[in-house]
Amino acid sequence: MSVVLETRGLTKAFGGLVAVDNVSFQLQESELLALIGPNGAGKSTCFNMLMGQLPPTSGEVFLMGEKITGLKPRQIWRKGVGRTFQITATYSSMTVVENVQMALLSHNGRIFRFRSQAHRLYRKEALALLDMVGMADQADRHCAVLAYGDLKRLELATALAHEPTLLLMDEPTAGMAPKERIALMQLTADIVRDQGVSVLFTEHDMDVVFAHSHRIMVLNRGALIAEGSAAEIRANPMVQEVYLGGGTVFGAEEHADA
Amino acid sequence: MEFFVAQILTGLANASSLFLVACGLSLIFGVTRIVNFAHGSLYMLGAYIGLTLMETLPGHVGFWGSILLAGIAVGLIGVVIEMLVLRPVYRAPELFQLVATFGVILVIQDLALMIWGPEDQLGPRAPGLRGVFRIMGEPIPKYDIVLLIITPIIALALWYMMARTRLGVLVRAATQDREMVGALGVNQAWLFTGVFALGSALAGLGGALQLPKGGADLLMDFTILTPVFVVVVIGGMGSLPGAYLAAIIISVLNVFGVTYIPQSTLVLMFLVMIVVLMIRPYGLFGREEVAGEHGQVGEPEEPIKPASRQTRLIVAAGLVLLALLPLIGSNFALVLSTDILIFCLFAASLHFLLGLGGMVSFGHAAYYGGGAYVAALLVTWTNTPMELAFLLAPFGAGLAAIIIGWVCLRLTGVYFAMLTLAFAQLLWSLVWQWQDVTGGDDGLVNIWPSDWLNNNTAFFYFALLFSVGGILVLRHVAHSPFGYALRAARDSQRQAEATGIDTQRVKLLAFTFAGFMGGLAGALFVFSKGSVFPNELEIVRSFDALIVVFLGGVKTLAGGVVGAAFFKGVEDILTRFEYWRLVMGLLIIFVVVVAPEGIVGSLRRAARRIGLGKEQPS
Ligand SMILES: Nc1ncnc2c1ncn2[C@@H]1O[C@H](COP(=O)(O)OP(=O)(O)O)[C@@H](O)[C@H]1O
Ligand SMILES: [Mg+2]
Repeated sequence: MSVVLETRGLTKAFGGLVAVDNVSFQLQESELLALIGPNGAGKSTCFNMLMGQLPPTSGEVFLMGEKITGLKPRQIWRKGVGRTFQITATYSSMTVVENVQMALLSHNGRIFRFRSQAHRLYRKEALALLDMVGMADQADRHCAVLAYGDLKRLELATALAHEPTLLLMDEPTAGMAPKERIALMQLTADIVRDQGVSVLFTEHDMDVVFAHSHRIMVLNRGALIAEGSAAEIRANPMVQEVYLGGGTVFGAEEHADA
Repeated sequence: MEFFVAQILTGLANASSLFLVACGLSLIFGVTRIVNFAHGSLYMLGAYIGLTLMETLPGHVGFWGSILLAGIAVGLIGVVIEMLVLRPVYRAPELFQLVATFGVILVIQDLALMIWGPEDQLGPRAPGLRGVFRIMGEPIPKYDIVLLIITPIIALALWYMMARTRLGVLVRAATQDREMVGALGVNQAWLFTGVFALGSALAGLGGALQLPKGGADLLMDFTILTPVFVVVVIGGMGSLPGAYLAAIIISVLNVFGVTYIPQSTLVLMFLVMIVVLMIRPYGLFGREEVAGEHGQVGEPEEPIKPASRQTRLIVAAGLVLLALLPLIGSNFALVLSTDILIFCLFAASLHFLLGLGGMVSFGHAAYYGGGAYVAALLVTWTNTPMELAFLLAPFGAGLAAIIIGWVCLRLTGVYFAMLTLAFAQLLWSLVWQWQDVTGGDDGLVNIWPSDWLNNNTAFFYFALLFSVGGILVLRHVAHSPFGYALRAARDSQRQAEATGIDTQRVKLLAFTFAGFMGGLAGALFVFSKGSVFPNELEIVRSFDALIVVFLGGVKTLAGGVVGAAFFKGVEDILTRFEYWRLVMGLLIIFVVVVAPEGIVGSLRRAARRIGLGKEQPS
């Protein structure tokens, strides 16, 4: 097993607030690693530093042993990292399949082409990706009219377009019905198994986390406070303290925050 | 040394009106996030109203009372404008506000023409302030000295109001964080109205105060607009100290410019602005604009599809009919159709930038006029054959666009718009003032096409070929991977960047391409008219294009072309009437408030309502 992603002392301060504090971890090949923590713990900030949306205040990120800190998101994407966002962002003026085609066009270096018609290119591949997430029947719908859960699935299909080695998913199931959540994470787990993708994800629904992740890390106020298997995390008094002390119970949290 | 001091004093006196108008504009922008392009019109109204009052009210009290009353009157007019025109567009994108306030400009221009007539009016001397003071031996008009003293007093009064009164607290709160106003338990609508009234009153006051120096005329609305925007942008939108400092910098610079380099005063002003913005993108005292402050209006944009077979046939049939025009139409119809075709290409090039790229350029005339001037200069100075000059013109415009775009694309939203406007004005002032080369105000004439094209019919076909060809190329690119990438960058820059798309590069290339196409339209224009004048580079020309794109419908592919054809046609009919601006202005305001989706968007919706075609061609 090789290390796909590694961070060393990753830190981000917004003015006086240290949102992510000296976070170091490793993600193994074909691992489904969960990053959990209460609202405002710094999970999204951490993701933003992993993929270059935010420059870290200090610390480093390595992808397959290569340092990627300081690179732009699009450069990191080209190195084989896909990402979904906590607040979905799709191209709302396009159809569902065109959203996926866009990523395929980019992957195949076709962005600066002027002669061909974009909606004909890579349509088959895009449909296959949509089929994988169960969205093929909605391929030609206008993206702006999709239900939130469908947008999340579309985002996943788009993130898989360039056959990433690493997938970062920030609250992939937020805003979905419980049944849908289980289904989406099952799907993600299948993809990990079939394609050897490694996944780092954050999630509020503890049922989902405990059911599907291989390993769990707990972030609180920017710092990693625990790490281990589902059973270990469940039994960890510090983790219980964080969650119970914060007035929330496992599984009872549901947010659509930023 | 004496001369130097006198110059500075004159500059400070000139800063007076500029500051008043600019700080009104800045105040309004800070609170409402609206760029009030009609601010120059309010200034003009202040001058005219002040003048009328001074003619009836006698003596010292009459003079100063008139100025004060003019301010109040314009403030009240501001209330009317705010409630009728701006309230419906507060949450809309910048373009809506530009178009709405531009409608107001047209309406006020014609109302002023109706009431006060076309002649320039001399301002009365201030009673008791004729003649000059001698300061270190240099003569300074007495009225200048009074202005010198009044301006800081007004500035201090404003500062006091901002710092110490409840209104001031609210204004500052709203400028910093719009959500906070709601939390303070204030009716936001009335705060906006109040601030708009105050800003308008300041503009009116500025107009009335400058009467003894400048009088009143129907061009002062646009004359003041340019320096006011420069001042507001340099000072930082929303900052009063910024406006004060920048007004002084620009006025003093201008006075020295007139003395030492009279040929480049305007250029100097824009250069200062561009340099400031390159170092401090949000002005000297401005605050970074938070993205997404402007919402969307109407339904989200629909996916685009290449035209259906049926639509293609209809368009082809229309083109064939158009091609038959020389056989059936009059000479006049030919010339008008040529104008319309050229304007359609210009509008389509802006629509590409604005509609597909989401880049609201307020200075697209730079490339249209730029293309025209490149061709005209080549013909005039190097005797370049028409065909070659015609081909080189779009490349010249594209080159300008790549440079300007590279600088402007560092900014977004209103600041991007302002900077594009500034560059267009820079080009305009270069052409205006560099008389030896460009002919200045007299333009460049005798730029006729080669013999084989030198009749209306031949040139009509030439324009038809290149306009329609250009528009089809623009449409084709819209459907290409690049066009899609451009829309992707507009819809979600974050997602595009996170999937490997270099959005800045995509936007810069689109900006250049749109500039190139605008330049092509300009080249067609110059050879169709045989001459070019600086007004092809003016703000008004940029606004023309923006308005037709808006009227046609930003969110539809055909919007630019349809809007341009409609607008040119209507304009041709309307301009035969004396007060066509009034009608046009009201029409524009009507569209903004009632049919914000434009012609194509509204038609499409209407068609859908009566059950016609789900998949309308776009
Ligand atoms: N751009 C920013 N500027 C200032 N503070 C921020 C910014 N982004 C996030 N924060 C703060 O950092 C902390 C962590 O936020 P976030 O990473 O979104 O948490 P999570 O995703 O775990 O809910 C929060 O307190 C949040 O307010
Ligand atoms: Mg988060």
